[in-house]
Parts: sequence; C-alpha cells; structure tokens
Amino acid sequence: MGFLSKLFYSYRRMAKAVKLFFIISGPGLIVMMADNDAGGITTYAATGARYGYGLIWFLLLLLPVAYYVQEMTVRLGAVTKRGHAEAIFEAFGSFWGWFSLLDLILVDWLTLITEFIGMTAALGIFGVPPYITVIVVTIIMGAMVIQGRYWTWEKIAFLFCALNLIYIPCAFMVHPSVSDVLAQGIRPHFPGGFNNEMFFFLMANIGTTIAPWMVFFQQSAVVDKGMQEKDIPWGRLDTLVGSVFTVIVAIFCVIVTGTVLRGMNIDSAAQASLVLMGTNKYVGTFIAIGLFDAGFLGAICISLASSWAFGEVFGWAHSLNHKIKEAPWFYACYFLMLISAGIVVLIPGAPLVLITLFVQVVAVTLLPAALVFLILLLNDEESMGKFKNTLFMNIVDLFIVLVIIVLSTLYGISALFPNMFK
Amino acid sequence: MGIINFFKELFLNAVNVVRDINKKYEKPRIKMTPLVSFSMFMLRTYLLLLVGILFYKFYTLVK
Repeated sequence: MGFLSKLFYSYRRMAKAVKLFFIISGPGLIVMMADNDAGGITTYAATGARYGYGLIWFLLLLLPVAYYVQEMTVRLGAVTKRGHAEAIFEAFGSFWGWFSLLDLILVDWLTLITEFIGMTAALGIFGVPPYITVIVVTIIMGAMVIQGRYWTWEKIAFLFCALNLIYIPCAFMVHPSVSDVLAQGIRPHFPGGFNNEMFFFLMANIGTTIAPWMVFFQQSAVVDKGMQEKDIPWGRLDTLVGSVFTVIVAIFCVIVTGTVLRGMNIDSAAQASLVLMGTNKYVGTFIAIGLFDAGFLGAICISLASSWAFGEVFGWAHSLNHKIKEAPWFYACYFLMLISAGIVVLIPGAPLVLITLFVQVVAVTLLPAALVFLILLLNDEESMGKFKNTLFMNIVDLFIVLVIIVLSTLYGISALFPNMFK
Repeated sequence: MGIINFFKELFLNAVNVVRDINKKYEKPRIKMTPLVSFSMFMLRTYLLLLVGILFYKFYTLVK
C-alpha cells in the first residue's frame, strides 16, 4: 500500500511539473524552432546533399551554443523586465541604442523578405501563386495577434512548431542506414578534408544557429509573458528543450538530403523538395510543407521582435495582451513590417538573391554588438543581483560568443567576397 | 496644403520624440569598468573594420 501511494504521489508530482512546464514554456521553444527558418532549412538541406551524414556531429555541437546564448536572455528579461532594445538604451546610452534598434529593424526586415521568399517558393511547388501566399500568410499572422492575448498567440505558434518536426517522419520514409548515420555522423571528422568549402559550410551552419532577432525576440517574449525571477529555472528548461528540438530537426533534415540527394549541388530547400518529388512524392511534399512552416515560424517571430523593440524604446504600449486600439503603434509596426516585406517579394525583378546575401552582411554588424551587450548586462551586479553571470558562465558564454562572432563575421565577409572560401 | 502640413507636423513630432528619447538615455547607466571600456573599444574597432570592408567592396564594384 505504501509503495502504491508513493508511486501515486510521484506520478501526481510529475504530472504537476509537466503541466507547469507547459504553462511557463513558450519563448524558448518557439524561438529555437523558429531558428530553423527558411534560411536554416536551406543550409541544412545543402549540407546534407554536399557531405551526407558527415557533419551531424557539428550540428550536435550547436546545441550548447544555442542554449547558452538564449539562456542569458531569459535571465535578463525575467530580472530586469526589459526587452533587449530598451536594456541597451538604458545601460549604454542613446548612441548604441539607436545603432542596435535601427540595425535590428533593417536586418529583421531583410530576413522577413527571405522568409517570404521561402514560403512563396514552397507553396509555388503546389501551384499557389506568390501573391496568394503573401495575402493568406499576412491574414493568418494578423489573426494570430489581434485577438489580444499573448497566451493564445503562443499556443497557436506551438502548432506551427509541431509542424516543424515534419522532417523526422521524412527521414524515416527515405530509409537511411542507421549504422551509416551513426558511423559517419557521430565521429567528429571533416569529410573530404578541411578545405575552403568545408569551412564555408561550417560558417553557414553556425551563422544560422544564432541570429540577432533571436536575442531580441526571446528577451521581449519573456517580459511580455510576465516571467518572474522564480520562473528562471523553467525558462532555462524551456530553452534547453527548444535547443534539443532545433538540433533534432536540423539533423533529420540533413539525414533526408544526405540519404537521397548525396553529391548533388543544392541551392535551396525548394529545389531539394522538387528533386525529391521525382523519387518520393510524399517526402518531397513534406519537405515543401516544412519549408513553408519554417518561413512562417521565422516570420511571426521576426515581425514581433521588431514591434516589441520599437514599442520598448518609443514608450508605446507593446504587449500581445493589448487589443489593437490599446496598442495601435505596436500593431501598426507589426503589419507594416509584414506587408512591406511581402510586397518586395511580389515586385517583378526584385533583387531577391542580393537581398538574401545582404542579410548575412547586415546581420554581422548587429550580432556582435547584441552579444557583447548581453554579456556586459549579465555581469552588471546593480541590475542582475544574484542572477549575474558566474565565473563558469562567463568563461563558457565568452568562448561561445567569440566563436560566433569570428565565424559569423567570416560568413558575412564570404557573402561580400564569394570566392574567398571556395 | 493640408497634406503638407500633416507631414510637417508628423515630422516635427517624430523629431521631438527622438529628442526626448535621446534626453532620457543621455547618460549610460552601466559603470565604465576597465572590462566594459575595453569591450566597447573592441566593438567600435570591429565595426569600423567592417565599415572599411564594406567601402572596399563598394570601391571594387564601382571600379
């Protein structure tokens, strides 16, 4: 009897903990799944096609990288109750504040265009005209925010996060050899040797792992959700679970293209989807759906990151818990970003390839600043108190931030000088 | 004339708002320890270097 009652109470405790996790989780899981945006999926598809399973070990290394950077935003948001844009203004003054805000808006808008490119390309495979995609996506994204509750927005976003897992069944459908995946994927090595092309792919993969909007988005989302200091352990778990899922999706995407398209030169996930449709209709279709979902997830987070940042700095009401008439500027900013980015994709002859490259260049001007400010703010005892970085955290965070800065900068420069690493 | 006045007012409002923000965040709150100063110096150097590379790219494109 004693054993049964102990088992029952353990079960109750676990069930309570899981329920609490689902209440508090959100920003970490969503930002991490949105990290696998249209650009990210394209990078993974190209990596699998070029190197097979050979770089899976490198994707596993990206798990702690993503976790440690985003974990800092959870603490900063929960303790200071400020978004990253406002925190920079307040701590470093208006010069660095304006620099970060304007750079963020530019890089967000350009990235938003790339998400629309991914979504229109994905639905284009099913014969949907780009203008229909842009209109429908804008309506859905509008409907997600105008209901005036953060909680509802978050739960709808979860549905799209779940759809991001479509690459897992895809990988099983192409019947990869598990022994090959383990033998080639887990052992750290550089297939074909460490050359310029390999270096380019490593930079591209790390470049898609941490984007400037992620830092701004998660910190603002933590504030909007109303997370307190006592919720930090749950926020960390949320971020950890999100990082695990983002890496799992990336690995399964690599497995799909590594199994079926090995040795092919893949420029985009849409191209991979089209080629796959020739061999396995369902896998190709799933890849296209996954690409659309990836672009959609990226778009909902990026447009919100910008609106939150503007709202914080300009002092507008800036919460998803507000109705449109309570926060008109916040929603105006959200829709302006969305509609203008959508229109650019529809302009005939718009330099979309140039825009895609330009995103990488602009991102490297903002990412180092955002990360350096993040570490400095996390070491500010006055505002962080007992939640400031420990020595161990500083060593790990500093190492990760330096690696990200160096590799993403080289990736950005490689966009300017394409032959440099090829 | 009405439209011109509307945009003029909008522009003047925006200027005032930016001026208020600049005033509000005039002085950085963070304490300028040697570590913070060094980090800011490195950041400035990095950004200047990046701007230099961008100008070089622009120069080579025009040339």
